[in-house]
Amino acid sequence: MRWIQWTLAALIAGGLAGAPVSAQPSPPAPQARFVVVLDAAHGGDDTGGRLNGGQLEKAYTLALSVRLRSLLAARGIQVVTTRESDATIDANKRAEIANHAQARACLSLHASQSGSGIHLFASSLAPAQPTRFAAWKTAQAASVTRSLALAGVLNSALLHAGMSVTLGRTTLPALDSMTCPAVAVEVAPERSTLKEITAGLDDKNYQARVAAALAAALVEWRTEAHQP
Amino acid sequence: MIPRYQKFLFVILLVASLAMAVGLWELRERAHQRMIAGQDSAPTSAPEVAPAEQATLLVANDSDGSLLTQVHSLPLPADPGARARAVLGKLLDLYAAPDAAHSVPGGGSSVTQVFLLAAPEIGTGTDAAVKPKSGEFSVNPPAAPPQDTQQTGPQLAVVNLTGSFAASHPSGIETETLTVLSICGTLRANLPRVTQVRFLVDGLERPTLAGHADLTRTYLTSDAAPAEGAHP
Repeated sequence: MRWIQWTLAALIAGGLAGAPVSAQPSPPAPQARFVVVLDAAHGGDDTGGRLNGGQLEKAYTLALSVRLRSLLAARGIQVVTTRESDATIDANKRAEIANHAQARACLSLHASQSGSGIHLFASSLAPAQPTRFAAWKTAQAASVTRSLALAGVLNSALLHAGMSVTLGRTTLPALDSMTCPAVAVEVAPERSTLKEITAGLDDKNYQARVAAALAAALVEWRTEAHQP
Repeated sequence: MIPRYQKFLFVILLVASLAMAVGLWELRERAHQRMIAGQDSAPTSAPEVAPAEQATLLVANDSDGSLLTQVHSLPLPADPGARARAVLGKLLDLYAAPDAAHSVPGGGSSVTQVFLLAAPEIGTGTDAAVKPKSGEFSVNPPAAPPQDTQQTGPQLAVVNLTGSFAASHPSGIETETLTVLSICGTLRANLPRVTQVRFLVDGLERPTLAGHADLTRTYLTSDAAPAEGAHP
């Protein structure tokens, strides 16, 4: 039976020698999951502000969230929303959803009849170094620097789309508990220099322009996030 | 012949009449004295008011989200708490004006009281982000004795607003944030020792002003610089 062993050894050796030696490219490193959280503010019993024409803020933010989710999904961005219907969700639950998703960007969507254009707000918490355990009410402190960078990208995209933008810092309970780069986006009517409304919140075209600009900004943010 | 009992009754009635006459005269005299005394205490000169001083107000502007410094002359009491209430009253009067750049109904009467307390310490650096929890006013005990702190140390202002002011305040992140920051900045400009501000509504803690700005936290007056609300 020795010959069988020799034959098998020869076949194995021949097979290995005859195998094409090619430098197999190593599989590409999996890109980090890019998830965006859209938080349509208010909902259910919490109606938010009352806008012109009797529309409620909770309805406007939900419509904007749905529109923006569709645009982002079409661009291959995974989206997690805090609500898909007229449901009451408290601030802690919203932050829980965002933190559980380990999102790379979180947008809290609001609307207001006062002011003009788009208002972008980052948390007013002082920046802090990330720690293993973070206080719930100030969890955003470790991400404030990234949140300000995200606000800058959103600002550029909105200005590029021809909208007026106001940047600021604020204290929102849900925002301050999020661990992702988070920005509150408040949509107000567009006004002329005489403070007359040129595009109201009930203007579908205006809402579409806002959503398109926000989507473009998040695509840009994804590109920056994937750069080494 | 007059019966004896009728004589007694006549005397008793006569004495009672005389006693009542004397009593009536005495009451009349007392009423007269009171009237004279009342005339003496009638205001014959204008009451003394606090002298007018320059007060610096940080006035919000909704159109660009900015806080603009304005100087107004108004009577300011010497008491710091009353002084704080006076400047905030003037600020909210400006917001209640018809052509206000930051329109909020209510006016000066929306500030019920302003209490000034020794400010609790808040850490610096990494701990700076850790504000006192809801309902907690003291993070660390003050290092200085309470009396010294009351005289010279930093102060926490507790601003008590009316429920009608909060109920009628326009809803929105920008407008609510500007109201809060302008109150903090105005307190800082006129009472430099005030470093922290907390808000109550009708004496109670309230989650938000009108659905957005968090009223459960302690605000640092240093956050309310006039440059707040950067322009793009």
